Amino acid sequence: MSKILIRGAKILGGEPQDVLIDGETIAAVGTGLPADGAQVIEAAGQVLLPGLVDLHTHLREPGREDSETVLTGTRAAATGGYTAVFAMANTFPVADTAGVVEQVYRLGREHGYCDVQPIGAVTVGLEGKQLAELGAMHESAAQVKVFSDDGKCVDDAVIMRRALEYVKAFGGVVAQHAQEPRLTEGAQMNEGIVSAELGLGGWPAVAEESIIARDVLLAEHVGSRVHICHLSTAGSVEIVRWAKSRGIDVTAEVTPHHLLLTDEMVRSYNPVYKVNPPLRTERDVMALREALADGTIDIVATDHAPHPHEDKDCEWAAAAMGMVGLETALSVVQQTMVETGLLDWAGVADRMSSAPARIGSLDHHGRPVSAGEPANLTLVDTSYRGVVDPAHFASRSRNTPYEGRELPGRVTHTFLRGRATVVDGKLA
Amino acid sequence: MKRHLISAADLTRDDAVLILDTAEEMARIADRPIKKLPTLRGRTICNLFFEDSTRTRISFEAAEKRLSADVINFAAKGSSVSKGESLKDTAQTLEAMGVDAVVIRHGASGAPYRLATSGWIDAPVINAGDGTHQHPTQALLDAFTMRRRLVGKDALGQDLEGKRITIVGDVLHSRVARSNVDLLHTLGAEVTLVAPPTLVPVGVETWPCEISYGLDEVLPKSDAVMMLRVQRERMNAAFFPTEREYSRRYGLDGERMAKMPEHAIVMHPGPMVRGMEITAEVADSDRCTVVEQVANGVSIRMAVLYLLLGGSEPAVTTSTTPRTEETK
Repeated sequence: MSKILIRGAKILGGEPQDVLIDGETIAAVGTGLPADGAQVIEAAGQVLLPGLVDLHTHLREPGREDSETVLTGTRAAATGGYTAVFAMANTFPVADTAGVVEQVYRLGREHGYCDVQPIGAVTVGLEGKQLAELGAMHESAAQVKVFSDDGKCVDDAVIMRRALEYVKAFGGVVAQHAQEPRLTEGAQMNEGIVSAELGLGGWPAVAEESIIARDVLLAEHVGSRVHICHLSTAGSVEIVRWAKSRGIDVTAEVTPHHLLLTDEMVRSYNPVYKVNPPLRTERDVMALREALADGTIDIVATDHAPHPHEDKDCEWAAAAMGMVGLETALSVVQQTMVETGLLDWAGVADRMSSAPARIGSLDHHGRPVSAGEPANLTLVDTSYRGVVDPAHFASRSRNTPYEGRELPGRVTHTFLRGRATVVDGKLA
Repeated sequence: MKRHLISAADLTRDDAVLILDTAEEMARIADRPIKKLPTLRGRTICNLFFEDSTRTRISFEAAEKRLSADVINFAAKGSSVSKGESLKDTAQTLEAMGVDAVVIRHGASGAPYRLATSGWIDAPVINAGDGTHQHPTQALLDAFTMRRRLVGKDALGQDLEGKRITIVGDVLHSRVARSNVDLLHTLGAEVTLVAPPTLVPVGVETWPCEISYGLDEVLPKSDAVMMLRVQRERMNAAFFPTEREYSRRYGLDGERMAKMPEHAIVMHPGPMVRGMEITAEVADSDRCTVVEQVANGVSIRMAVLYLLLGGSEPAVTTSTTPRTEETK
């Protein structure tokens, strides 16, 4: 493999430095490094981050290849600056066996745009009744460490307790989609002022908060680690903050859309804003930003959820829930966290790369940008301003809530183990 | 007025009064031996009903026919919709056949708004009830009934300033309540919603009305009491313990009706569940306007269709000349 010299990039937003990549590894970091036959990338003014890691992606393969495949999803991930994504288990068939997780893992490796780390289902068929063969998935080639029934809540307290206990044997973690099912029957949007007016079934904050409260207490009781998916309410923040102060081993994620959008958007009845958990209120958005800044919320995860056009080009109640997010996540974080002064670029590197890699036990990602480390890197032109045009997405789906919206920042280069997957903003 | 009628909240006071005044003119047609106007001759209106509804559909159909429009009735049951056709495709199919306006009833809140704003079709859209969101022509016919009874038949140009309207029942699931709160507020009335707390939506605190959990204290201060239908199956979802308990606490019987001021009226959007929210004694009394509301519904829908679609010539060639261009 050839050498690449990234010249004058601000590592984690710091002083300009040069980074020399040799093969799959960062060979040197310093000022005035000689090109010495290396391909030179002039990166003055740009910010260099460790390759982003998404703990929550829906790649849809196998089963819904009309909305996304491992190939198109990982191309979207690379475009968005990601070098690793965790693929959720709610495929068809469900990723609840060693066979399915190995298939997804191998597809990611073959395509080579982004490492794909499959997440295994907690229960067979996501039914919440019987534990899936968690050990078999862990021991498979995919080496699954994160388990989730995402899309559905593990609502049975006993099943949740057992899962939390069981995965301790191999250092696994359960990622909970916190949604009390009875409180959210027929739920269409956040329950509050807007739902009352629009006549749409409410998804109350308490349905999320009550499950999080239960699960942090369960985790404490059995001495396990628990991860909370897409935390969306101010009340959830308070519970996680309390749990952490008590020493409970809990981590939590927030999506970019919950950092930016509110339930006011639903007034358009445009299902592009339909997502689960739903968009909340301005107060929730502000609480989530603060929590991400102070570390109560550990990471940003996209919950990238592709859907075919027809599933969104319809009336609200008939529409699918979810938004694509891989290609806009960093821009949304720049706008909501960096440009508001809540987080610096080192903080972004932590929340979008190191911390998710750590939670998901992914050893070769989210590493410091220093000599000897794997060359998984993302170069960002933070001064860029552009209008989101889904026609240019690498994802197979277009269900973005940001169409026509101006967002800052653009990933110019992504390197996966020293190989450029994105060059000048385009897939290599 | 706007091009579509989606929500009662979209109407200004002047829009609403114009519709009520126009409906008065339309009502006079009903007294003629030939109940028909040529206004919408050659125009085709489709009644697109995705949800079962007999009375609203027939009311619209009667209004359309009295304005000489050609009427197409489309019921989703047994149609291509039941085979999985989307709202978009259904609407585009109908428009391709030359439909000039769509009257839509749909079980999903916001479906008429989607139809009007997504660029799927160009025709004006009239909401005939969507989910638990809005039913604007119901609110208009209720306001029309109130104005006639509480202000008078010669109330042209007037609104409902200061009238105290009480709406009782399943507010949570009611598009009638939402539409009425919006429109009555616009028309200057003071609205009180009465319901058990389980049947009031979270978020109601921003609505321009009062909320009461008790019926008896509100009745003496009401100029009109509107009873909403309460579906029996609601008790299965624990919204209230039993039918009898609901009826005891929130039903309108003769004894309660006697607490209302003498001039006050009892209204109901229908269909009534006798013995549940209203007793036969009340339903059949002179103070109950249910049948009037039905008749007024046709006049209101004629007025709405006329104002949205016609309007190039006076609706009725008599005393007051309706507006022309500006009403489109």
